[in-house]
Amino acid sequence: MSGSTVFWYASRATGIVALLLLTAVLVLGILVNRQGRLPGLPRFAVTSLHRNMSLLAVAFIAVHVLTAVADTYVSIPVLSSVIPFASGYERFWLGLGAISFDLMLAMIITSLVRGRLNRILWRAIHLLAYLSWPVAFAHSIGSSKDLQQGWLLDLSIACAVIVAAAALWRLASAARQLPRAARVPAILARHTGHQAAERITR
Amino acid sequence: MTMTPIDDTTSEAAGNHTAGLPRLLPLVPGVPEDLRTHLGRYGRPPMGNPNLIRVVEQSGLTGRGGAAFPVHRKLAIVAAARGRKVIVANGAESEPASRKDNLLLRAAPNLVLDGLQLAAAAIGASEAHLYLHSISPEITRALAQRAAAGLDRLAVTVTEAPPRFLAGQESALVSRLGGGPAVPGFVPPRVTERGLGGAPTLVQNVETLAHLALIARYGPRWFRAVGTADEPGSMLATVHTNSNISVVEAEIGVPLRTLSLQNNAQAILIGGYHGAWLPLDAIGTLTLDNAELSKHGAAVGAGVIAALPADRCGLAEAARVVRYLAAESAGQCGPCLNGLPRMAAALAELAGRGHRRQTRADLERWAGLVTGRGACNHPDGTVRFVRSTLTVFAPEIALHAGGHCSATNRTPFLPLPDRMPLTEDDWI
Amino acid sequence: MPDTLRVNPIACTGHGVCAELLPELIWMDEWGYPVVDPHPVPPALDLEARRAVAACPALALKLTRTDAPRPVRRSAGSGGTNPRTPRTPR
Repeated sequence: MSGSTVFWYASRATGIVALLLLTAVLVLGILVNRQGRLPGLPRFAVTSLHRNMSLLAVAFIAVHVLTAVADTYVSIPVLSSVIPFASGYERFWLGLGAISFDLMLAMIITSLVRGRLNRILWRAIHLLAYLSWPVAFAHSIGSSKDLQQGWLLDLSIACAVIVAAAALWRLASAARQLPRAARVPAILARHTGHQAAERITR
Repeated sequence: MTMTPIDDTTSEAAGNHTAGLPRLLPLVPGVPEDLRTHLGRYGRPPMGNPNLIRVVEQSGLTGRGGAAFPVHRKLAIVAAARGRKVIVANGAESEPASRKDNLLLRAAPNLVLDGLQLAAAAIGASEAHLYLHSISPEITRALAQRAAAGLDRLAVTVTEAPPRFLAGQESALVSRLGGGPAVPGFVPPRVTERGLGGAPTLVQNVETLAHLALIARYGPRWFRAVGTADEPGSMLATVHTNSNISVVEAEIGVPLRTLSLQNNAQAILIGGYHGAWLPLDAIGTLTLDNAELSKHGAAVGAGVIAALPADRCGLAEAARVVRYLAAESAGQCGPCLNGLPRMAAALAELAGRGHRRQTRADLERWAGLVTGRGACNHPDGTVRFVRSTLTVFAPEIALHAGGHCSATNRTPFLPLPDRMPLTEDDWI
Repeated sequence: MPDTLRVNPIACTGHGVCAELLPELIWMDEWGYPVVDPHPVPPALDLEARRAVAACPALALKLTRTDAPRPVRRSAGSGGTNPRTPRTPR
């Protein structure tokens, strides 16, 4: 097996693992936000897993990029991993990868300094996850013939279904959530038991 | 204490203005003031004094909005800040039992507006607001007349506050003026550091500004001629008795018994719905100042003094108030959102016929749990009111536990609005 | 001078991660919200405290300088100070 083939296999393998990890990270992120628990684990395990897996995913993406660059069969400049559409080879699909990776970097960097950042700003950037994942998914399917058939295609679709279901569940949960102004009336009604919660005077 | 007749009716303002009362309230109640009368009585506001903050410090003026914070300190903090600054005259009067700010804005709007301009100049504000319960013809006219006379350096933007208990709270006010709902924000930063549009903002009660307008003219010694050494000056108070509700101007430190409260009263509520009940015998001994009242766990607050008639049920009144306070929670902080409704239900149970033993213990536990755990003072003030209720009306609680009630009159006494907030629009 | 822990009660949604990581100084009330020890953080717990601050999903837990002035919080019609009774953890 030639050196170039090893790199090419490594890039495809780490890419697939990265996609799986990113799927898990997104689902875990939703779990954190909804205050969900993993059976048998303390609350901080959910937040820690989410954070650590995201760092692991970035590590896998780094190897994914570097091995693709090292492979001499095709010419991919290393900067095309962060500058979209800068690669001669598969310009569009690799460009999507760069976009997704840029979004991830924004999320990770802001999370590393989140203590110093405005809370609202951090949250807004973190919501880019819902954009980053589909773009990464499109990059994966579009740039790799492997994923377009066979069990890898099934695996990829499974990831997409999981993410879509989790995102839909998250949306539904938000829709069910009481707006701020409605919270107090709801709790008052529950505890004081008066039929007309609007009337204060007896 | 109330309408002391004034011999001096000349229009010479400087040095001639008698030290007695009334100071803020007009000489002839009910006659609408216009700019000419105002200028005739007081003269033009003495703009351009670089030492105004020092003068205010010497006068010892404290805020008349409820917190009694030394005015010169707030002025100095904002004056020392760099960049754009904002001033807001707070006439929201969110306390349902208070009427003084409304009255002042209608009876003496020019004093308030003088104070606004004077304070704005002292701190270097470039933007001025008047935040009030509802815009009256008197305010509109005063602003128009002042504009026509070219009296004011800064234009004043008038905004109506939503009828929420928290609408007059500093950070809630800034949120509202910024276009959002009138809900409090987390402090730090204080609004004096970062307020409206990120600029240091001075928020001052309208009565405070009216006093400031007089201090600027007549000086600290004049101001200190009434009141106590630590709490000088006069104040407006809203007095509720069986017969009526009236706004009076009183010297700080005046004995409570001079306010004619005890006709047929069983207890006194001081300070408003974040205030405290005092037993009837307190009227005989106490004076209207924080130094005395704090010994009994009470404070002057927004100057509300309500004498509960002997034929009412204090528990029922308190239960109505606490339910109102719970309904008026902004619902942003877990302890307040959860604790206040439960406390309201518990108090309602105590006010009923017979209650569970656990209810009293629960109430005490919840009171301790919510104290100090909101972003604003709302849970703390509510707990102060609840605890004083449990103390002062302990005999009534015992009566109710046995299935009885001492009241013969079920008509509600303390004023409360009908409607509770239900949607976001109710906070705008 | 060691720092003091504070919760932003508006940002806090009661995740409970802080109380798990720092049970010595933070405990959960009956509604799932944190009650924080108002005293300065003991030096032995400083690292744990910083971990808890970093772990809060809502960015609601903060370490503030102990000598930083407590905000004076006022609402309509209230006066006086906010009594902050230190609670002993359960």
